[in-house]
Amino acid sequence: MADLETSLLQALHAQEVIADSGDLAKSLGVEHIVLVGTIRSLQASEMITAEDIDHFRYVLTDEAQGYLTAGSPEAQVFNAVPAGEGITLAELKARVSGEAGDVGFKQAMQQRWLALDKSDVGEPRVVRKVDAIVDRTQQLLADVAGGRELPKAEAESLAKKRKLIKPEQWKTYKLTKGPKFALERKKPATDLTFEMMSKGTWRMQEFKDYNFNALGVPPPSGQLHPLLKVRSQFRKIFTQMGFEEMPTNQYVESSFWNFDALFQPQQHPARDAHDTFFLTKPASTPAGRGVDNDYLNRVKSVHEMGGYGSVGYGYSWKLAESEKNLLRTHTTAVSSRMLYRLANQPGGFKPAKYFSIDRVFRNEQVDRTHLAEFHQVEGLVCDKGLTLGDLIGVLNQFFSRLGLKKLRFKPAFNPYTEPSMEIFSYSEQLGKWMEVGNSGMFRPEMLRPMGLPEDVNVIAWGLSLERPTMILYGIDNIRDLFGHKVSLSMVRKNPLCRLGL
Amino acid sequence: MPTVGVNRDKLFEKLGKVYTDEEFDHLCFEYGIELDDVTSEKEMLRKELASTVAKGGDSKLAAEAAAASEEVIYKIDIPANRYDMLCVEGIARALNIFRGTQSSPQYNLADMTGKQPLQMVVKPETALVRPFVVCAVLRGIKFDPARYNSFIDLQDKLHQNLCRQRTLVAIGTHDLSTIQGPFTYEALPPEEIKFVPLKQTREFNAKELMQFYLENDQKLKKFVPIIHSSVVYPVLYDANRVVLSLPPIINGAHSAITLDTQDVFIECTATDLTKAKVVLNTVVTMFAEYASTPFTVEPVEVVDALGNRTLYPDLSYRSLTLTTDYVNSLLGLQLPGEEIVKLLTKMQVAAELGPDGKELLVQVPPTRSDILHACDVAEDVAIAHGYNNIPKRIPPTTTQGRELPLNQLTELLRAEIAMSGFTEVLTWALVSHAENFEFMRRPDDGITAVEIGNPATADFEVCRSSLLSSALKTLAANKDNALPIKLFEVSDAIVLDPSKSVGARNERRLVAVFCAKDSGFEVIHGLLNRVMEVLGVPYKEDPAAAGSPVTYHWSPSADPAMFPGRQAAIFTGDTQVGLFGIVHPEVLAAFEVPYPVSALELNLEPFVFNQFYESLLEPLST
Repeated sequence: MADLETSLLQALHAQEVIADSGDLAKSLGVEHIVLVGTIRSLQASEMITAEDIDHFRYVLTDEAQGYLTAGSPEAQVFNAVPAGEGITLAELKARVSGEAGDVGFKQAMQQRWLALDKSDVGEPRVVRKVDAIVDRTQQLLADVAGGRELPKAEAESLAKKRKLIKPEQWKTYKLTKGPKFALERKKPATDLTFEMMSKGTWRMQEFKDYNFNALGVPPPSGQLHPLLKVRSQFRKIFTQMGFEEMPTNQYVESSFWNFDALFQPQQHPARDAHDTFFLTKPASTPAGRGVDNDYLNRVKSVHEMGGYGSVGYGYSWKLAESEKNLLRTHTTAVSSRMLYRLANQPGGFKPAKYFSIDRVFRNEQVDRTHLAEFHQVEGLVCDKGLTLGDLIGVLNQFFSRLGLKKLRFKPAFNPYTEPSMEIFSYSEQLGKWMEVGNSGMFRPEMLRPMGLPEDVNVIAWGLSLERPTMILYGIDNIRDLFGHKVSLSMVRKNPLCRLGL
Repeated sequence: MPTVGVNRDKLFEKLGKVYTDEEFDHLCFEYGIELDDVTSEKEMLRKELASTVAKGGDSKLAAEAAAASEEVIYKIDIPANRYDMLCVEGIARALNIFRGTQSSPQYNLADMTGKQPLQMVVKPETALVRPFVVCAVLRGIKFDPARYNSFIDLQDKLHQNLCRQRTLVAIGTHDLSTIQGPFTYEALPPEEIKFVPLKQTREFNAKELMQFYLENDQKLKKFVPIIHSSVVYPVLYDANRVVLSLPPIINGAHSAITLDTQDVFIECTATDLTKAKVVLNTVVTMFAEYASTPFTVEPVEVVDALGNRTLYPDLSYRSLTLTTDYVNSLLGLQLPGEEIVKLLTKMQVAAELGPDGKELLVQVPPTRSDILHACDVAEDVAIAHGYNNIPKRIPPTTTQGRELPLNQLTELLRAEIAMSGFTEVLTWALVSHAENFEFMRRPDDGITAVEIGNPATADFEVCRSSLLSSALKTLAANKDNALPIKLFEVSDAIVLDPSKSVGARNERRLVAVFCAKDSGFEVIHGLLNRVMEVLGVPYKEDPAAAGSPVTYHWSPSADPAMFPGRQAAIFTGDTQVGLFGIVHPEVLAAFEVPYPVSALELNLEPFVFNQFYESLLEPLST
């Protein structure tokens, strides 16, 4: 290609004008179409100018190619009819078959070369009407093939009526030097290279304009999942507020720690199979394993008859029900273990602030807003003399770190907290109050049997991790956030989590 | 949380005030109930109709919708322990008292001096199926259609909630003028119980009636199993052997209450006596409002199998003593005793201040079965004072923030793996049995995976004992992504472990997969080396490993999930901690992943140590 470009530029340099690029192609021994590419490229660089030369000629159609040697259909038909008595139409068709036969017979009749003799009884016969013919059509086709011009009327007849020839148009160019004519083209570089730098050619190099409208190439990278980015920020907020993370890496829990220890009665709807995943393997945690017998009896008794100032629920508490294993329905199961530990640790009770963010499980149908597992965020403070005012204070502190500075609280019910408060936050964006979490003070019926001192109160709150994440990242279907069907491009394209900045 | 639908105008009539939706919503918020929806009978039917249109519509429903009332209905969410607010009477009463427009009624038993109360005699056989019954009578009730419907709705709501779908308690209400005491509560073989049940015209025996409901009654058939397998069924008779009811299924037609009924006999049969008493108290305290002597209930004597006589309902006010200091210290307030007494009045709780001005003598009314402890009283003070009027304080508790080392290491490692070009995924811990075993070509040895007994869907049959299946599912769901796809997750697998008290434990693991037109085995191998490098664990054969207390190495393995000859087990010391290799093509076919995949799964827990190689694992339970 470069050779062709050089040849063209040299020829033009020598001749000043190339009258017809068709001739140049011939002289260079290439198809003209190949040369056109070079012409266009040089034209675009303003090295040459090119002026169109229109050309026109007839060429043979595929059908006509065959007639060039075999003769036109009418000649073939004429020659197939023997002089004298002629032949039947059927015989003729057998001799010159197909379209050539049909067209040829029609043409030969029109030319009055043949006639149909119906004088005899029986089949009519095709007979010659002239002794000899001149195959004008074949001559004309030969002329076209030889590049000779045809008389206009005959050319049109062959082209339009008989479709044996067709017009062909093409262009060649008259070439002259352009404003930037040179014997060699200087191509602008697209990039600065090591070679240019080492040879110093970058100084003379022309650089192509950069396309600033396009995006750059994405860097090869890994990415973190948005929900877990939010989790990281929540963990930072908690630790900055002095909270210690609880070991929540245990999904299998006994009903005792998940419900009974929390003073959740055994007939509570949450303990239904509709809401909770109960396990067949490992099916139960025998009471002797991990729960101190005295504590167990205190829990039984507080459910049945109360104590610590409570009247209890007044039902018959079943040990077997408390031994049933399940997938924890809330991380509060972990909180209850931690509080028991706190009450019974060597050296006695010490104040604590705990948090956790981990999975919890609900036996629910999966839909846009519900998953069978989701992440619960939980915080709790355990100290002497804590008040509902402390809970309101710590909630304001925590939620303001999340950017939710305007809170209000609604009385609520929860089996293991009293007082209980639903937390609402005013969304400036949506112009309304939205529920953002739940909170309360753990009931004495939960804390006292554990052995926590009487003046120790526990304030606690919880929320899901998924909901704030969905709001932050504009996701309206929880299944687009958590699970194997999540689109990887969602994971790849999300921004930083700015919570807690 | 139960939702109660009440006629708005009827409610406002009882409140003596017309609210805007917004004002009423605000009042609900303050009290701790929630205006969930504003609708009408017509709109509810229209919605129901719309949802049946896809199934070809329902002409009966359409006619009902056209004829239905357009009166506004408030759907109100009630806290699950406020059974006294499950009807419009209770909601209006609570809000009126809260706003100070009505004082708390005094609930009384009728004076029975010189009169013999009606009797309910319990036969010992009832202990076999449903041992308890409590009863009461409301005299001179004036029903109208709205009151009558509310009476029926309250029973429905109680059945759904406190009564646990009638398993714990079932309510029967009767027109007392049609029956005659003394009544008996018996348990008899089903064939011997014969009566015309409510809404039927012919007599059934109890056995055929159960069959009839199972086959024909969508609503009642779900209660049949409560007694179906029992050899005897509970039944209540009057003095003339008229069947009052076959609890917890159906009442007899004979004693059905109507709009004209004046004297109502109420019986609650139960397996839980405490709840039966609460249910009875709730029904009578709510509807005694319409009795000829308002808020007065006629008692019924229940004679139990041992001959003990008890008068029901028990409308006694429970005394509770607490102090103003307790209330104030719990709430973070300094309210004077008089103020606390005033606030409690708004919550239907009468309180008296002791002579020292600090002691509070509280009378808990029979409607407030939710009050178990002084903390419940304190909460009522907080609600009446207004949660949002309580001054906030930052807890003085000073403690040190601390991350769980296992989670801290997880955070550090996640970032490193993402830096290595892998994309993080987050998948479910619950999988199907096939995904955990058959798809993975791993046989279920019965001692590996935690199994769920009652999954709502077959997708959640076991807890995953390996993270790899979840990563493969993610690849399958994203197979139209540009190759190669590099994914990872640091999460917990769950395995059975008899040495743990609960019988199972979580194990923090890393899974990483590489999916391309070629297996990329060496990429995954390289990731393992990189992960160990950042964990500071040298390869055993590396000269640098000399003197390191922890090293790792790998050797060819034969895991059925992996391709033979292209897999290795990872060890630290003698303990296998992971596996890497090319995933077996049959496994990939099972998960419908069309491309080769290499994978790494590694237990991270042996590497949770500090710079002195001291383990920092802190299990929650042993």
